[in-house]
Amino acid sequence: MTDTQPETETTVTITVDGQEFAARPGELLIDACERAGTYIPRFCYHSRMKPVGMCRMCLVEVDTGRGMALQPSCMIPVGEGMAVDTQSELTKKAQDGVLEFLLINHPLDCPVCDKGGECPLQDQTMSYGPGESRFVEEKRHYEKPIPISDTVYLDRERCILCDRCTRFAKDVAGDPLIHFQDRGNQTQVNTFPDEPFSSYFSGNTVQICPVGALTAKPYRFKARPWDLEEVESTSVSDAVGSRITVQSSRNQVLRYMGVDSDPVNWGWLSDKERFSFEAFNNEDRVTEPLARTGDELLPTSWGTALSAVGELLKTTDPSRIGFIGGSRLTNESQYAFVKLAKGVLGTDNVDAQLGDGLPAEVILGLPRATIDQACTPGGTVILLGPDPKETLGALFLRLRHAAVEDGATIIELTPHRSGLGQYAKHHLYPLAGSTAALAAALVNGTDDEVAGVSAATISAARTALQDGGPVTVIVGRASVAEGAAAIADAAVALSALPNVRFLSALHRSNVHGALDMGMSPGLLPGRTTLSDGAAASAWTAAPTSPGKSTAEMLTAAANGSLDVLVLLGADPAADFPDTGLAAKALESATVIAVDLFENTSSAYADVVLPAAAPHEAEGSFTNLEGRISKVSQKVTPPGIARADWMIAAELALHAGGDLGLESIDDIWTDIASVSAVHASIDMAVLSNNVRDGIVVDGTMAMPTASGVTAAANDAYSYRLVVSRQMYDAGTILAKSPSSANLHTGTTLRLHPLDFEKLGVAAGETVSLSSATGSIDVPVEASTDVPRGAAVVPANQGDVNVGQLIAAGDVATNVRVERQGA
Amino acid sequence: MATNAYVPHAAGYVDNEGPKIVSSRFVHEDSYTLERSLATGGYEGLKRALTKAPIEVHDEVRSAVLLGRGGAGFPAGIKWGFCPPGKWPMYLVVNGDESEPGTYKDRLLMECDPHQLIEGCLIACYALGLSQCFLYVRGEMALAQERIAAALNEAYEANLVGKNILGTDFSVDVVLHWGAGAYIVGEETALIESLEGERGMPRLKPPFFPAAIGLYGQPTIVNNVETLANLPWIMVNGAEEYKKFGSETSPGTRLFAISGHVKRPGVYETEQGVTTFSDLIYGDNFCQGMRGDDELKMFIPGGASAPWFFPEQVDLPLEARPVGAAGSMLGSGAIVIMDASTDAVKACLRVVRFFARESCGKCTPCREGTTWEETVLRRIYDGHGRPGDVEMLLDIADNISPGPYPGAAWEAEGLEAIPFPPKQTTICPLGPSSVAPITSAVRRFRHEFDAKIPQRTSIPVTAS
Amino acid sequence: MARFTPENLVLAQEILSRYPRKKSAVIPLLHLAQEQDGYVTNDAMANIAELAEVTAAEVIGTCTFYEMFKTHPVGKYVINVCTNISCQLLGGEELLEHLEETLEIRSGSTTADGLFTIEDYECLAACTEAPCMQVNYRYFHRISNDEVDEVIADLRSGKLADTIPDHGTLQRVRQTIPADKLAGVHAPETVVDAPAWMSRNEPVLAARAAAEAAAKAAEAVEEKKAD
Ligand SMILES: Cc1cc2nc3c(=O)[nH]c(=O)nc-3n(C[C@H](O)[C@H](O)[C@H](O)COP(=O)(O)O)c2cc1C
Ligand code: SF4
Ligand code: FES
Repeated sequence: MTDTQPETETTVTITVDGQEFAARPGELLIDACERAGTYIPRFCYHSRMKPVGMCRMCLVEVDTGRGMALQPSCMIPVGEGMAVDTQSELTKKAQDGVLEFLLINHPLDCPVCDKGGECPLQDQTMSYGPGESRFVEEKRHYEKPIPISDTVYLDRERCILCDRCTRFAKDVAGDPLIHFQDRGNQTQVNTFPDEPFSSYFSGNTVQICPVGALTAKPYRFKARPWDLEEVESTSVSDAVGSRITVQSSRNQVLRYMGVDSDPVNWGWLSDKERFSFEAFNNEDRVTEPLARTGDELLPTSWGTALSAVGELLKTTDPSRIGFIGGSRLTNESQYAFVKLAKGVLGTDNVDAQLGDGLPAEVILGLPRATIDQACTPGGTVILLGPDPKETLGALFLRLRHAAVEDGATIIELTPHRSGLGQYAKHHLYPLAGSTAALAAALVNGTDDEVAGVSAATISAARTALQDGGPVTVIVGRASVAEGAAAIADAAVALSALPNVRFLSALHRSNVHGALDMGMSPGLLPGRTTLSDGAAASAWTAAPTSPGKSTAEMLTAAANGSLDVLVLLGADPAADFPDTGLAAKALESATVIAVDLFENTSSAYADVVLPAAAPHEAEGSFTNLEGRISKVSQKVTPPGIARADWMIAAELALHAGGDLGLESIDDIWTDIASVSAVHASIDMAVLSNNVRDGIVVDGTMAMPTASGVTAAANDAYSYRLVVSRQMYDAGTILAKSPSSANLHTGTTLRLHPLDFEKLGVAAGETVSLSSATGSIDVPVEASTDVPRGAAVVPANQGDVNVGQLIAAGDVATNVRVERQGA
Repeated sequence: MATNAYVPHAAGYVDNEGPKIVSSRFVHEDSYTLERSLATGGYEGLKRALTKAPIEVHDEVRSAVLLGRGGAGFPAGIKWGFCPPGKWPMYLVVNGDESEPGTYKDRLLMECDPHQLIEGCLIACYALGLSQCFLYVRGEMALAQERIAAALNEAYEANLVGKNILGTDFSVDVVLHWGAGAYIVGEETALIESLEGERGMPRLKPPFFPAAIGLYGQPTIVNNVETLANLPWIMVNGAEEYKKFGSETSPGTRLFAISGHVKRPGVYETEQGVTTFSDLIYGDNFCQGMRGDDELKMFIPGGASAPWFFPEQVDLPLEARPVGAAGSMLGSGAIVIMDASTDAVKACLRVVRFFARESCGKCTPCREGTTWEETVLRRIYDGHGRPGDVEMLLDIADNISPGPYPGAAWEAEGLEAIPFPPKQTTICPLGPSSVAPITSAVRRFRHEFDAKIPQRTSIPVTAS
Repeated sequence: MARFTPENLVLAQEILSRYPRKKSAVIPLLHLAQEQDGYVTNDAMANIAELAEVTAAEVIGTCTFYEMFKTHPVGKYVINVCTNISCQLLGGEELLEHLEETLEIRSGSTTADGLFTIEDYECLAACTEAPCMQVNYRYFHRISNDEVDEVIADLRSGKLADTIPDHGTLQRVRQTIPADKLAGVHAPETVVDAPAWMSRNEPVLAARAAAEAAAKAAEAVEEKKAD
């Protein structure tokens, strides 16, 4: 399945049921026939996995030059002059026979099966099968559905042993935790006792199971396929922007299914994405505006809420107003809020990132890669960012495939081993704060150890970069305890490599749309600065000097020089790295929250405005490649919640201005008028909901290195690393019943050699302290982390790791001590 | 020296008259020791090979027309030539998984003369540049494993295997590996899967022809124990001498195991091609006739997978082509003789049950079909058959292996036997093999099936 | 005691060291586990998974495919009676029935005292020696009912303890490769060149090429002459 050969125009002529067809060289017969208009029934074959030829349903008579013979079309690559008869008597008999065999042990409980109505086995029995079963004996029996993970149930009686789920687990996800067991007629799929199928990607197996053997807890018995309506859309739970279908029944979203977008997610979803709809159905949603009365937030009307907030915005000095967040919003809503802030109110204090991202010019100024470019067969990927397995699930699957199947070389330049570690060739784990120095050494070579990494390790990795193939740097914040400037410097250093491109790994969902729409201090829509953006002249109030970042806004609010904070789906009290600062700021300022839920920060809010969730409003999304695709409305918002852009438009009116935006179309026309990079985009892509979307082109000026350095580390200190995990205490997860309890809690990881000198045992609780705070956590030894690093997960909800971090520090030194020492 | 009698320490082996290529040492009680081996010309073949260039050794094997003894009978020299040039490392996997019902010869070769086998492995490795050899012994054969382990330890000690063998530049390890009970693992691609630590499920060829993509995806030679055991003799005596035995298309000798209803069941080394089934069953040098001088009812000419033969076929020679043309195969040299007292349905059920139990479960028709066949046969045998069951049985068989199945039984109906092998809907021939006993027994002894199926007397319906 | 004992861990490492890929050692290691505990425990499978660097699900997938691995305790002596065709013809089934009656258990089960397990087995490669059976994989050929009774009695009295080890032990002699005699493990990742001795082909190939060229040249001369 390697596509290393250059694209050629040559074709292979085959004959399908007497008709000639020009097939692609190397293509499998089953695919060629399908493209030629003849669908061959199948169960085990899946176009995104290696064929195994096990179900035998796709048998057809093929003549490869030695006479007609029954062959599995999923295993045979087309050959010149190949003739296939998909309709012959022998083919029909073989297919009928296989179907009858499959039905021998199948319970035929379609009326109570989730898959009933969308089941390939059921469909094929209708169209190809023999009428009734001649098998009169007892069928195979197993204990009814068993949970094999937190979200997936397995009903072995329904299983037809197609090897799809097990192949997915092993070959696609790399988590071979479900496996065939026993032999022959007794073969079954199962897990090892007490070792569940706890894969971040387990839900995909439910989607690809050709029968109802695997079912997802959140969907079980919820609906019948014929009651479902669906629309194709984009997943907004992370920045990959996977394509999905949103399926609903009676105005409630019941299921997301992955859609095979060739340049993006190949049909796969992480479980976090797949089950995120549960949160939007949660009854905790804010469904009407709330206003503070004493200690309580009480319901109020839109009219009252809007005029109060509008009045506030109108009467406050614009430089004392700040907008934080907005990466959850659609491109259109982001634009509307940017126009409100920068075009109507005249403040540049707008930042979609919460201090855990990267400077806009790093993302928008460096040459950008698409996922396909990053996954080029034989290419090289430098991972300078968070663990994709933990933060960008669908991207992880693509990168894993590139490494395992297509010979891509992965170099880890991360503070500890990532989920790609086992597929990576080179492992460079710098101490936090010295990543830039190591990046420079990787580019320029060195004879010395750099950042704790030996010269030999560095030079081995360098050779991988010198074969002239494409190099992609996955850039993002691996640790929120290491300053953005340090990573920016590392990225700038790597930009000196020949043939290098950058793929952003910022973790907030539509953060790239936010940057494109100018939701960052100093930016205007269209990847431009305040001075050269077209909006500068179109918007009368447009600011001329750069405003404050989130960290600066919070600092200003905390010390009384900023009065109003508007939170756009943001929860700085939980999400800003320095949670102590965030709390102080929110306490001091007047806080307006536009959100789906009440969260940690809402405790400080004076007004909460209820917003529409994804799939409750139309819009579009920009993924980490800069790819725009459509987000489709499927259901209506609960209560009187509104689309964010409508809230922005209303606020503008109440603040004495006018955005002039009354529809999504209006917004696009407006965006195109001020953003050159969006002007050329054919909007038909969005109106027709084109699956693969379109990548926005155009970059800003290249960033320059700031040359920050970390404060020295003494012999007793460790460098703190705070990394994100797939499951944490974040609001959306907390509101999804099936994902709410999957986070693991905070554990400190140290290298075993560091561990020894502490005189504590694994599992013991230690105190971890920095200049700003201290927490108590259990400690464990792990060779996945380098010596000198103290690694903890972010936001697990049990302890407040954020209080260890001081905003703006390049790196954080911590002490690990026995409790009470 | 032929005494033409059982050799007490080689269970079932009959030291009959005739040339001995692979069983010459069986008469010695200590045949498995290095001492005996060296005293009787052991490792001379290896030494001879080492004086030649590897390619010359290969040429010698090619011209000897050494047919594979594992079942398919493919010439070893030609198979060796299928390895793509220049792809290293290459491996040798020795198939000592002997499990085909009726087959008993590799175990004897491993228990009684492990050094001869090791020497054969070394010659093959030398000829092809194979860098590691894995000797896969059936799990249930504890004694064979012990004998081979001891022999390897001796051979390593004597510098006959391992690094710089006999002081030359030839270095190769022979690693003893053992299975754990699964007939299908005898199939060469399943054997490779098993050796990789997986479930022994066959791979689809193409692309997984072991010679091109085998163990760990590398070129791999899979040869049967008996095949390799012939190599030392061929090296010492040359291909020309070898071809003096047997017939032109099937030169050399073979070990045949003749079991069942004969007077002297046993393992016999005899020339292929010239000896006939009749010689084996009735000859003084062999089984000396049917037990109790009963009539021959049927026989399996080459292991349980082979379609059955009947008295009309006893004069066929032990040669792949004529046996294949008559609709069966010589397979693994396993001949099972059944006399007139044999219940055809019971025999058929037992063989089918074997395939049902041993199906790996990969292909639907085999996994589901063989068990279904067994179920239907069982109810017929138990007297609970239903009218139409026999037709249904044949149809199930037809869905596993479509079209007329080869079988001498056809001749009984005045039809020509269809040459082996049959068409199949599965990856490997295990599932279709279950069809052999069914078509053989049903075609030939339909009346026995019918007799077991209760004839429903129609319930009288009173006209109202 | 279900993970490997320290002694067995040494053996396990030795076994692992012989294969180019660790997973290849899974079956031998499962045998080792069965030898240690009489059957394969879940803990042993988890231990093997760590050693072979695979998941426990993969180990149990392999383990349960093979007849010989028992995932639950079995008798000290496992008796396999062959009932396949050659043995069936000569009384294998009757032999099995006799054993079932003597031990008062059905095949597939274990006596209450934990001493014997009987199994109805497939062909054991002793077809000419029918009927046959194995006790812990040690053969008994052409065995009569009386002889079976004797074997059972001897097993009970411990008389056969020397010839028949407890269930799980297959090889009482193990292969050991002295370090200085090891030719080396060859993995696809590390080996790309032909082994040294293959260079011996060069002179032969050169001579053959020369002969072929000469023959061609001679042929050309002949052809010219003919023209
Ligand atoms: C179901 C099945 C079982 C087999 N069992 C064995 C076996 O037990 N021993 C054996 O040597 N070959 C067996 N074979 C044949 C092997 O696949 C393979 O052809 C053989 O080992 C090649 O060796 P040879 O060329 O030396 O004969 C079996 C084949 C099939 C299809
Ligand atoms: S559970 Fe479903 S996907 Fe998995 S093997 Fe069974 S039928 Fe196939
Ligand atoms: S789809 Fe081809 S064998 Fe299953």
